[in-house]
Amino acid sequence: MHMADALLAPAVAATMYVASGSVAGVSIHKLKKDDEPQKLPVMAVTAALVFAGQMINYTIPGTGSSGHMCGGMLLSALLGPQAGFLSMIVILAIQCLFFADGGLMALGANVWNMAFYGCFVGYYLIWRPIMGSRLFGEGKGAQRSRIVLASVLGCVLTLQLGAFSVVLETSLSGITELPFGAFLALMQPIHLAIGLVEGLVTAAVLLFVYESRPELLQGVTPVSGAESKRSLKATVAILAVIALLVGGGLSLLASSNPDGLEWALFGNAEEGYSENMGLDEEDYGVSSTAAEKACAIQEATSFLPDYAFADNDTPVGTTVSGVVGSALVAGVALLICLAGGFFRKKHSKI
Amino acid sequence: MNKMEKALHELAEMDDLAAQGSPIHRLHPAAKLLSTIAYIILTVSFHKYDLTGLMPMLLGPVLLFQLSGIPVRTCFYKLRIVLPLVMAVGLFNPFFDRAPLLQLGTVAVSGGVISMLTLMLKGVFCLMASFLLMATTPIDSLCAALRKLHVPGLLVTLLLLTYRYVGVMTEELAVMTDAYHLRAPGQKGIQVSAWGSFLGQLLLRSMDRAQELYASMLLRGYHDHFHYADIRPFRLPDGLYLGGSILVFLLLRFVPVAALLGSLFVR
Repeated sequence: MHMADALLAPAVAATMYVASGSVAGVSIHKLKKDDEPQKLPVMAVTAALVFAGQMINYTIPGTGSSGHMCGGMLLSALLGPQAGFLSMIVILAIQCLFFADGGLMALGANVWNMAFYGCFVGYYLIWRPIMGSRLFGEGKGAQRSRIVLASVLGCVLTLQLGAFSVVLETSLSGITELPFGAFLALMQPIHLAIGLVEGLVTAAVLLFVYESRPELLQGVTPVSGAESKRSLKATVAILAVIALLVGGGLSLLASSNPDGLEWALFGNAEEGYSENMGLDEEDYGVSSTAAEKACAIQEATSFLPDYAFADNDTPVGTTVSGVVGSALVAGVALLICLAGGFFRKKHSKI
Repeated sequence: MNKMEKALHELAEMDDLAAQGSPIHRLHPAAKLLSTIAYIILTVSFHKYDLTGLMPMLLGPVLLFQLSGIPVRTCFYKLRIVLPLVMAVGLFNPFFDRAPLLQLGTVAVSGGVISMLTLMLKGVFCLMASFLLMATTPIDSLCAALRKLHVPGLLVTLLLLTYRYVGVMTEELAVMTDAYHLRAPGQKGIQVSAWGSFLGQLLLRSMDRAQELYASMLLRGYHDHFHYADIRPFRLPDGLYLGGSILVFLLLRFVPVAALLGSLFVR
């Protein structure tokens, strides 16, 4: 789900940087207020472990494929949402800088899609309420079932939100000709399957931590008592089916009714759904004098790639001279490379 | 070689490249960072059909690669990570946007094909720019630059510390994975019975070790922030590089270089 720079328009990337930056600011403020400097190395070591741990392949029983674990949920369950979010930022930054996994300009968007949903939405809407509830009853067995439920639901939900954001950001950037609804229908089900597996792997790691050191988990009060009758395997199976049904339903709903969302996002009812489906910005929008003025200002100032450059009548610029020129540029680039290589060899001989 | 060993190899390779000593390596990291960001923004701001306008942007990174003595091909193996999602998004363009935009002899090229190519080239160019930044700047210098640019100290220290431990943890997990596979030959990944304990054991040990780590940091005089060894002032050549590179990128962005070059040869 790591987005490359090419998939975003500068305006969208900047907006996402502001959004992620604000959340990072709030998180740093909260951590400073808590004044736990000893937490820093724990965050660093755990982040490094999650980074490396995401490369482990876990075999999914009964299938030939393998899955990975979900970093955001694991980190927020171990470190809390704020520290988890900052650790995820650092993981994403290292992946982007050293492994080209996600772009430098797209980092803000990637942080939002993977860290914000995973840490904040996953923690405050799923992990904490479920762990604080009396779902499945009292005792250790119930607690274990709650951990599995929270992990699976958290991963499925946060991955669905992340995939939705990827589609939204790419579509708003005017990168793809793929209609919004179709793109969504492509992304959501894939990430539903990924979310389920990631949730189960994350649950397994968190259960291990719970068995050995329950006090390390956020929002979990260690209990001692009799085992509940419900077996863990049965719980996992039930949860997987529920998550599949809920997630599948949501995905189908999103893909079969994309017009409502598109109407809300891009156009008015009079303009018509079919015209808006292609996501061609020039075709949708409410026409008014204010909108025209805004459009004129935007055309004069915008970096959004859907506008041709001001004095360029043919946005393509694909005259024959343009094509010939491009070939020449490629030739010049090759020459520079060859010359560089030649001088380096000469230099190394000396 | 397993996945983790490959990652370690990539990290070591980047460190080796960054330790070289070309004029580009010696520039202030903040100048390189800002110039790279400017390049990426200008590159992705091209119109989706402006393939010929985009081409000259290639010249910037190619020239800088040569000046820094880093072979261009070193960055291409990273394309395997960048291209899949870009391809997945771009490959649909030719099917949805079929209006012919260009006539090359008897072959009509549709808008979708041009926008797909533009998207892929943008992906490649941005990768080249960010790879160049990391291949010429050690992480310590980059972190020092980030501090100078007022990125919060907590985040920068966390980045530096995490980077240090990424190497240690990845190596540890690489050994563990190898050991697991030696005892469970013919298995593709970690079996379900070991899902939790495999990573969980290392996680618990490491979290305990982190407490000792903090104690040792305190003993060495750590107090709230790190002191960066090779931080140096922003000098005139750094400013000239920053200003000059942004000016060149702006010219490449706004002057139709390819069309002008072509018009010298074709009427």
